[in-house]
Amino acid sequence: MASVKMKKEAMAIELKQITKTFGSVVANNNIDLSVKQGEILALLGENGSGKTTLMNMLSGIYKPDSGSIFINGLSVSINSPEDSIRQGVGMIHQHFKLVEALTAADNIILGAKEKGFFLNKSRAEKISEISKRFGLEIDSEKKIYQMSVSEKQTVEIIKVLYRQADILILDEPTAVLTPQETQKLFEILRRMKAEGCAVIIITHKLNEVLEISDRVTILRKGESVATVNTSETSAKELTEIMVGRPIELSIDHPETNFDENLLEIHHLTVCDEEGFEMVKDISFDLNRGEILGVAGVAGSGQKELCEALAGLLPVKQGAILYHKENLVGKSPSEIIKMGISMSFIPEDRLGMGLAASMGMVDNMLLKTYHEGKSPFVSKKAARELSKRLVQQLQIVTPSVDTPVRRLSGGNVQKVLLGREIESQPNVLITAYAVRGLDINSSYTIYDLINEQKQKGVGVLFIGEDLDVMLELCDRIMVLCNGKVTGIVNAKDATKEKLGLLMTDALEKEGDPHNGTKH
Amino acid sequence: MIINFLFAAIKAGTPLLFGTTGEIMTEKTGHLNLGVEGMMFMGAFMSFFVAYHSDNLVLSLLAAFAIGVFAAFIYAVLTVSFMANQNVTGLTLTIFGTGFAKFFGAMMIDEAGGSPKLSTKFLNAISEKSIPVLGDIPVIGKLLFSHNPLVYLAIVIAILCTVYMLKTRSGLNMRAVGENPGAADAAGINVTLTKYLHIMVGGGICGLGGAYLSLINGGGIWNNSSVVNGQGWISVALVIFASWNPAKAIIGSLVFGAFSVLQFYVPKNIIEIPNAFYVMLPFLITTFVLIVTSMKKSKEGSQPAGCGVNYFREER
Amino acid sequence: MERSIRMKKEPLFHVVKKAEVSYGKTVMLSLLAVVIAIIAGGIFILAIGQNPFEIYASIVQGAWRSKIAAKGTIKIAIPLLIAALGITPAFQMRFWNIGAEGQIIMGGIFATYFALFLTGLPHWLLLILMFLAGAVGGGLWGLIPAYFKTKYGTNETLFTLMMNYIALYMIKYLTEGPWRDPASSGFPKIASFVPNARLDQIFGVHAGWLIGLILAVVMFIYLKFSKQGYEISVVGESTNTARYAGMNVKKIVIRTMFLSGAICGIAGMCQVSGAAYTLGEGIAGGVGFTAIIVAWLAKLNPIIILIVTVLFSMLDKGCSVMQSDFGLSPAVSSILQGIILFSILALDFFNRYRIVLRQRRKA
Repeated sequence: MASVKMKKEAMAIELKQITKTFGSVVANNNIDLSVKQGEILALLGENGSGKTTLMNMLSGIYKPDSGSIFINGLSVSINSPEDSIRQGVGMIHQHFKLVEALTAADNIILGAKEKGFFLNKSRAEKISEISKRFGLEIDSEKKIYQMSVSEKQTVEIIKVLYRQADILILDEPTAVLTPQETQKLFEILRRMKAEGCAVIIITHKLNEVLEISDRVTILRKGESVATVNTSETSAKELTEIMVGRPIELSIDHPETNFDENLLEIHHLTVCDEEGFEMVKDISFDLNRGEILGVAGVAGSGQKELCEALAGLLPVKQGAILYHKENLVGKSPSEIIKMGISMSFIPEDRLGMGLAASMGMVDNMLLKTYHEGKSPFVSKKAARELSKRLVQQLQIVTPSVDTPVRRLSGGNVQKVLLGREIESQPNVLITAYAVRGLDINSSYTIYDLINEQKQKGVGVLFIGEDLDVMLELCDRIMVLCNGKVTGIVNAKDATKEKLGLLMTDALEKEGDPHNGTKH
Repeated sequence: MIINFLFAAIKAGTPLLFGTTGEIMTEKTGHLNLGVEGMMFMGAFMSFFVAYHSDNLVLSLLAAFAIGVFAAFIYAVLTVSFMANQNVTGLTLTIFGTGFAKFFGAMMIDEAGGSPKLSTKFLNAISEKSIPVLGDIPVIGKLLFSHNPLVYLAIVIAILCTVYMLKTRSGLNMRAVGENPGAADAAGINVTLTKYLHIMVGGGICGLGGAYLSLINGGGIWNNSSVVNGQGWISVALVIFASWNPAKAIIGSLVFGAFSVLQFYVPKNIIEIPNAFYVMLPFLITTFVLIVTSMKKSKEGSQPAGCGVNYFREER
Repeated sequence: MERSIRMKKEPLFHVVKKAEVSYGKTVMLSLLAVVIAIIAGGIFILAIGQNPFEIYASIVQGAWRSKIAAKGTIKIAIPLLIAALGITPAFQMRFWNIGAEGQIIMGGIFATYFALFLTGLPHWLLLILMFLAGAVGGGLWGLIPAYFKTKYGTNETLFTLMMNYIALYMIKYLTEGPWRDPASSGFPKIASFVPNARLDQIFGVHAGWLIGLILAVVMFIYLKFSKQGYEISVVGESTNTARYAGMNVKKIVIRTMFLSGAICGIAGMCQVSGAAYTLGEGIAGGVGFTAIIVAWLAKLNPIIILIVTVLFSMLDKGCSVMQSDFGLSPAVSSILQGIILFSILALDFFNRYRIVLRQRRKA
């Protein structure tokens, strides 16, 4: 094994040329990153820019395809989370890695390499000592499944502190916290920094980056685009680096002349499956021949909004009016039977929109198979449709019967979109329509959506690339923590403004960037 | 009468206790092994075979344990490393184990020229013995201190397993692996090793259950057709009844054992209940328990959440 | 840095999920698996001091060497085939129905009722009634766990497993109680069916084989071409996708489990009315469990199920001559089945994953 000369200034972590691919998707491409001891590094980037994947290679969940990892100046090979922990790396995952049926104390000591065969009775004391030292409150005998989200996070933090990790990685830690809890968390992080720990915090909240970090590394589309000192930067600059310098995009923006309201949403509140309010009292409307963009960081309620509109999630409060008819309480099939053609292209293409191990033909039938009186599925039309779509949309597939799971992301999306458009909807809902697609496929998708718009379809476009949304959409609604923070005309909007609406920067009083509000 | 009944219940419940404790150890790491019947069969044969040739109780039990470990090892290789379907693998193990015992059992019969019998010396070693002093206490003495040595072994193992599961570090690791292997993995636990270890120990304990059936229940004579006779399956049921806790399995095996001998103790002229009902009762109650726990949606006292799903770290 | 010293070496290989496997490759791998499985079985035969070629040859011969042997093989195959077909739709839906054994028994019990008490009916009517009763009995037995699964999420693997034994002891109850044959003194048993209630023979074997073949074709068409079959596949693929498509998932689960149980129930009817001519505790005799393995090995394809069933039955029947020819217990059949299955289960891994060897790192 090659041992590397110690540098003058020991880096706690150094990643060199890290590349990781999943199938044909390049999640990380030649990424370099370093953190010093006693430093807080913010890892900033849009959704899907590869932040979590990169950190999962440090925590031993994934193995890099190539590149090397240095910890405290030594080249290491991390093959498992155990290796990672042994190196003093502690990661707090966005989706907590806790065992629901066990108590907090059990979760905290889980896997800790300590002496003794029996569980130590004094563990409770050690836990309460740690919690006191860092000002954390925890009922260590409470079961995880009885805990709130923020309690669970506290357990995760104590778990890491308990192992005396000196390199701490937090993935979107503040997403679930109240402002007060966030401040407490930052207090802990500062204490850890003072004790010489290295901290990496993954986030996309700019004000938090500015508040807590020493340096910022920004990822975009799987590549590291810049590393800047926090003291020398501003929210505006960070936003620009994060979303990319304005690129000359030439997405068509056809004007339409429909003057008819399609959907009216009134005071909609929706809970996710676990009962947390994810959409909070939002109201908006959607017109014919219009593309309404929905922007926001991941988990701001986009998924729940879409699923509620499609009848897949129950609505807690509010109304969804389609031509003045309320759709709340109706099942997806009832909505279809009412003659309302609403097409929903879900984010989870293979898990929800398509049956992954079926071919194109069978997938074309998903929403129409029940038509007709015959007990048999008529595949003839679907086969013709599939063949036509393959030609029209240039779908690359060995055959129309090849399981769609085997197609590339772009082709999967074309299959899904093609099917939905063929049903000639009045309302089209697309969630992250171009996620994971290359430029050419993306343009095909934009063209298809524009085509629908010209036909008079109302399109709800959940997106993540602000440049694209500004070009493609007529209006953009911004969600933040389940609330609408603004609905702006795309013509008048700027990326910076949207970026700030997306973060909670505008909610905070005394924020220096309030000035950007028009 | 009642004392005799309870005594018989304990005797009938003991093989179930072995099987249940073994299966709990397995399921707690997230693997439903439907091969208990097969592992018991193999244990039954091996213990008898070794007992027949060596006249040594300890060796005989070790052999039963070892063959159980071996059988469970096959299961672990297939489900943990090769990620094969757990149900199918378990059922295959039952077929294999049953065939194994019957095939080599038949060979043993051929060799002995008739049904092989254990020596009186060996039978004496496993006979019911009253423990001095304690065994002389009225009622309790007969009930608790006059059993064959395997009864105590079963109870000791069940208690040890309970203590291990609830009070030790590696017991905690095992529970975490069974509930959420992803979380356990992230916490630095070697998921694969934990699974292998407990599946194999669990198999070994099931093997001991088989030993009980062939050595004690068989009365010292090898019976090729009906050694185990469904006791392995009852053990799988008892796991649910005991809500995945070996200590509760001690009570549970007593209850199940009681049902299986109840028909001989209920005075026929007073209450007329069909015999079949008694043997069916354990399964009816288990089904009822299963439904009630699912209605409560409780995370405790139900099957470990990771059970039935094989773990692959890079799944995404 | 005490921590860094204990750094382990990189393991020799690590496992990666396969992105795509071509159809031809899957077939090749499966055939290879069968070959390796047979070799593994051969090694076992060698280990017990026999010649694998002789043994394998005599198994094949034993199964087909005479008309009687062939009939015996087919007789073993019938319940196995029908039950495996019954399990298929449930497994296709990823509903782990381990309860075929119980569903076979309930089918047998329901059919037996008509055979014992409505003997005066015309032969064809009686048989049709028995057939339907068998289907309903098995179907109900499949319906119960499905109901609780959809209502409360009750674990279906354990539930269906329990139902097997409840059904089994139901036979015991009927045998010892209400249906006991008064004519038989001594060991309690249920009376043999009158000829009127026996399944007719076609080409010397009871008509169950025809029912099985028809069911195989029907099941193939049902799963591949019918709307309900389509629904089953989508639910099995992802309940989310099914909901998204507007399907009533609960209804589909309950309906499919009724169907699954009903077909297993038909297997039970064939057993009582075609093979045993009575109802006894051995009526299912583990067929319900073997059927699960058959269905799984055949990757839930009814036509391949037919082939696998024949192979299994051959092994079973062929091994029955082991005693006379080689002095080996016919239980060798179970061992060989086990070894072959273990090998195939292990090798299926390479259809889904591939192993990446450690890359040599440059210093």
